[in-house]
Order: sequence, then C-alpha cells, then structure tokens
Amino acid sequence: MTRVYLDHAATTPVDPEVAEAMARVYRDVPGNPSSIYAEGQAARALVDTAREQVAAAIGASPSEIVFTSGGTEADNLALRGALKARRGERDGLVTTSIEHHAVLDTARDLAEHAHVRFTVVDVAPDGRVPPSAIAAAIDDRTSLVSVMHANNEIGTLQPLAEIGAICRDRGVTFHSDAVQSVGALEFDVRRIPVDLVSLNAHKFYGPKGVGALYVCKGTRVATMQTGGGQEKGRRTGTENVAGIVGLGVAMRIATERRGRESARQAALRDRIIDGVLARVPDAILTGHRTERLPNNASFVIRSTDGASVVMALDLEGFAVSSGSACTSGDTEPSHVILALGIDREAAKGSLRVTVGRGTTDADVDAFIATLPKVVNRVRGTAAVGA
Amino acid sequence: MSRVFVAMSGGVDSSVAAALLAERGHDVVGVWMRLTRANGDPDAPRCCGTEQAGEDARRAAAVLGIPFYALDYAEVFGRDVVDRFVDSYAQGETPNPCVACNHYVKFEALMADVVRKFGADRLATGHYARVTHDGAHRLLRARDAAKDQSYALYMLGQRVLSRLEFPVGELADKAETRAIATRFGLPTATKPDSMDICFIGGDYRGFVRERAPEAFVSGPVERLDGSVVGAHAGIGTLTIGQRSGTGIATGERMYVLRLEPDRRAAIVGTREEISATTYELRDVTFTADVPPAGRFRTNAVLRYRGTPLAGWVTVHADGALLDLDTPALVAPGQAAVFYDGDEVVGGGIVTATRAA
Repeated sequence: MTRVYLDHAATTPVDPEVAEAMARVYRDVPGNPSSIYAEGQAARALVDTAREQVAAAIGASPSEIVFTSGGTEADNLALRGALKARRGERDGLVTTSIEHHAVLDTARDLAEHAHVRFTVVDVAPDGRVPPSAIAAAIDDRTSLVSVMHANNEIGTLQPLAEIGAICRDRGVTFHSDAVQSVGALEFDVRRIPVDLVSLNAHKFYGPKGVGALYVCKGTRVATMQTGGGQEKGRRTGTENVAGIVGLGVAMRIATERRGRESARQAALRDRIIDGVLARVPDAILTGHRTERLPNNASFVIRSTDGASVVMALDLEGFAVSSGSACTSGDTEPSHVILALGIDREAAKGSLRVTVGRGTTDADVDAFIATLPKVVNRVRGTAAVGA
Repeated sequence: MSRVFVAMSGGVDSSVAAALLAERGHDVVGVWMRLTRANGDPDAPRCCGTEQAGEDARRAAAVLGIPFYALDYAEVFGRDVVDRFVDSYAQGETPNPCVACNHYVKFEALMADVVRKFGADRLATGHYARVTHDGAHRLLRARDAAKDQSYALYMLGQRVLSRLEFPVGELADKAETRAIATRFGLPTATKPDSMDICFIGGDYRGFVRERAPEAFVSGPVERLDGSVVGAHAGIGTLTIGQRSGTGIATGERMYVLRLEPDRRAAIVGTREEISATTYELRDVTFTADVPPAGRFRTNAVLRYRGTPLAGWVTVHADGALLDLDTPALVAPGQAAVFYDGDEVVGGGIVTATRAA
C-alpha cells in the first residue's frame, strides 16, 4: 500500500543531503573534537561549521549555540540552568498551560524539588497567550518566563516579540521552545528579544537525537551535567559529531527553502482545513486560523476518539496523529486541547494533520476523500454488513 | 484476502494465532487490550492487561511484520469484569471472571470496534477451541482436550461466531504451539503460561476484601440440621463444593454445601449429604441462538476443566433448569456449559436459587 505521511510535526524524514553528510562523518572523521591532533581538529572543524550554520540561521553568533541531545534536553537546560544560575536572587517561573511536557513537567519538578515558584498562564480559546497575562504574572522575584513559539499540537504562534519586550523591561530571562517553528519560519533573535531558544534537528529534516539551545550572550545558564567541560561547560560530554553536522546541514537547507516551502505548505494546509470543515460534520479547527504554523491543520472531531481515527487512517495508508506523539497510546485528552476550553469528551477527538516537503496536492486530495468515511465508521454511523 | 484482527495478549498462544493467520495470507492486524490503568507500574497486575504484556505483544507483532495497536478497554473491564467479580463474591457466589471478560470485553466491545471502526472481516484470539463455518457456525472443543477453553466461550452466538477464528485450537498440543512460535522466531515462544486471575495476581481474597469487606465478616458453620459446628472467616473465603476444614472439629470429610449470605452462614455436610441434582440457570444462551429443544439431554460442565455430568436441560422463560442424573455441588456464579460430544450447545450461570 502506498503511504501518505501527514505527521511532520512528530518528525520529518531526513533530507538525503543531510544523511549523506552524516554518513561521510561516520566514514571519514574518526576523531574526538577535543583531541589536539589532526583527527581531532578535523572533527572540531565540522562541529564549528555546524555551529556557524545554526547561528546564521537564527541571527545569533556561534558562541551562543549549545548543542544538546534534542528539544527536551534544550528545554531542561534552559529551565533548570537559568533558574539555578539566578537562585537566591529570584525564584519565580512563569509559563503557559499549552507548553510541551518537556517544559511543564520540568517546571513541576523544579517546583517540587528546587523551591521554584511556578505560575501557569492560561491561553485564549484560539490558543494565543495574551502578553498582558504574562505581564500580570511577573513579580519582582520572577526569574524566568518560558513561552513556546509554535504549539506542537495546534500550531498556534505566540506573540513572542511583545512577551520578550515585557521580560526585558522587568529584568526577567525569557526562554522560548521554538522546536516546532525553527526551520519552518523565520526566527531571528535580533528581532525577537529572547534569551534562550530551544530547537531540534528532526523537526526540519535533520537527524533525531540532536538539538540546540541558543543562549544569548550574557545570559547565565548553569550546567546540568558535570564532566569534561565540552560546549564551554554548558553541556559537557563528547559531541555527537555526525548528528551536529546533520543539524547544521538541515538548518542550512531549511533556511534556503523556507520562503517557497512555507507558502506551498500553507496552501496545502488551508486546503486540508477547508476540506475537513466542509466535509466532516461537527469538526472544528483548533488554534488560531491564521497565526499558525504553515504546515499544521488541527481539529477536534466530536463523537470520535482520536486514537481510533488514527488507527483507522493508518489502515487506510495515512499517518496522522491525535494529541502529541509523546502521549499517544493513553486515552487522556491532551492538556493543550483542554486548555482551549474544549470539554474532555470532545477533546478526545483531537486530530493533527501536518504536511511537509514531500506532501503533494494528490496526497491532500486523497486524505480529504478518506477522512469523512473513516470518521463515519468510527462514529458508528456507517452501514456495517452482517 | 480478508482482514483479520488478532487479540494479542503478549503470550505465546495469541502470537501463534497471529503467525498462522499471517502465513495463510490474511491481512492480519494485532491489537492488545489495555484492561487496567497500571500507571506505568510494570509489576501491578499480572496477565494480558499489563504494560509489559503489551510490550511483549508489540514485539511479537513486529517480528511478524504486522500492524499493531493498543486499545483501551479499562473502563468496560473495570465495570463488567472486576466490579461484577467483587459483587458476585460478596453475594456468596464464585464468579468466573474469564467468562465475563470473554462475554463483555473481547467478544462484545472489541468485536464491535474492530468490525465497525476498523473494517475487520474477522477477529481471532489465542483461545484453545475450534469454530467451524459450514452453513451454521459451530463452537467445538480444542483438538487438545487438555488445553480446551471452550467452557469459557459458551456465550458466543451465531453473529459473533461467524466472525471468529481460533487458530491454535486446531493444533495437536501446546508443544506444537511452542514449536510454531520457535519456527517464526517469536520472542514469546518460551514465555510461561499464565495461571492466576489476570487482574489480581496471587491472592484473590485480599483483592475482594479491599473492595467488599462485608464478605469477610465471620459467621457460623452449620450442619444440615442447623447445629453450629464452628465459625468461618467470611463467605468470601468459601466456595461451594470445597473441602471444608477451617473452624470445624470433626473427623469426617466435610464439604461446603451452600452459603446463606443474609445470615453469613455456611452449611457443611458429608459427601453422602450432597443431594442437589437440580440447578436454576440464568443468562442462558445457545451457540445456535436457539435451544436444540425445549427439553434436551446434555453433558454439562460446571466449572473450568470440570468433568462433564449427564443430565437434562429444560428451557423456560427466565432461563433454564439443569437436572443432573447424579448429585453434584455447583457454586452459584459458575457457568454451566452444555456439550453435545465436542460441540458447545450453550450454557448459563448457576444461580443461588435452589430449584425445587
């Protein structure tokens, strides 16, 4: 059966050029970047090039890029590292109800074990965080504000420039989990007043298991790991050279293609949104209609459970998701969908469709034709023989 | 090619069922039923409802190269199996949770979902039983009588049987099942058989005590003439037909003849005092959907792996009357299953009502 992959928010296929660059590292570059001889220098040069590529893509300087094992580690390093660095001086953390578990569960852990005061700001029904609510949640002992750039489930974009300005004004460190948006959208740290930014290679056609944290010059982040002192002591451990090279190449390609791809994907996205809303009864769009990722169409389809729809679509050859991939398999409705004010029963019917570089018009047509049939079956409204 | 869903428990039998169907060229999809919310504790309950069992099922499906999904039936399992199990004990019955699970969870909820939602033509399980599709759909004992599980499947009717497959019921014995598992390289090949009640794991009395403490209040042990001969630790600890030793100082072998939950009394007696031959049955069903006759001869099996006992079944509006040729003790709550040779004709649940 031909497969149609429509879950690019979960992960993206590795670009062939990225895979080739990584294979070259495994084949030809055996050295440890910390070694002083030729093999080490060769590896170091590759890591430095990747650092330059990532920095260039977001308007940072290379010394502001810390490589990590992915988005989750970048979020952990940002929250734990920033709060630890200002401990004694400030103890407050402000975040939102729709953050990824990598932020929310880290915040809960810090509240429980590190005496961090933890405030959650609610979002509007369209998924947007009101900057005024962030401003109201900040007090003079707030250390860190963490607001994601684009939500992983509903794709809603947050007004980071306004929130960042508030944080700067109040002397609060500002972190943004931009794992879903970097690569897809322009993200320039010279335009957005932000101190810490998490990103993840496998969301933009790079390898899994490698990401980065942007740390604005002057922002203090204490290390979580202790060891040999790599990454200027901020993330110690021998570098994942091939993965880092893959990240750098993927970042460069994403930047080159972004303008054309984003517009193309947004058109596919809009066809999915319009098609689903027109052809599936009792389906609603989740998240903001226009302030959203160019590849994200997300819905709540009433009187269905998302897991069943995902399974039934899988058997028809389509890969989509319900909630986020991390929580698939349990029946708890997504905290993001609930945060929009959607009731628990309806929230179980969440469905996320995310297009990518390989998605064609024909894929979208096939999906729009199949979904109504599948929904009817799952709702039990389809005729069943015998 | 038909699409067959296989309920995979994580054990060897259902893995082999999936393997055999895939080998025959069916479009096989594995499903694992999450039956309890273990909250990530891999040691919580025991059998097919645990996370580890789900991982074993997933590995087996991956080896076979078939799609695999976990489906959540914790709610229906909790309500229709666990709660009924506890209530039944509290009422002095001896329930069979596997019968309830087959009835309400596997062949009602799961069957409806796979057919309706996921376009399955058939559902298969790893049960040791056989079903034949030759005009009428018939339920038969497994080829290996020692592993036969047809007793716990008696409630299936034509509609469900028409969509069922039990591939391992056709195998000669468990050794053949394990040999097939080895041939397919299934990691479940050497997994031990599960023995306990799946959602309890060990001491069922402790499990029931927590949920129905009233079944663990002491009461009198009496003879048929009403004389009190001792005390017991609660009717939840007793099963009709069991040898009764606790609390009775007597040289004779005594059996629990009946329980009277209203006054927490247990009535015991000698083998000679076992006199019951007639039992009322409720929730009576027939595999052909209709009884073979209003009154028919049968071999009745009265507990899992029990010996068939000859007798008559008389069907009436509220159920059926089972009239055995020789006296036997049967615990209320157990299933009485009617056999005609190797074929399951139907069955019902033994009630606490004593037939006249």
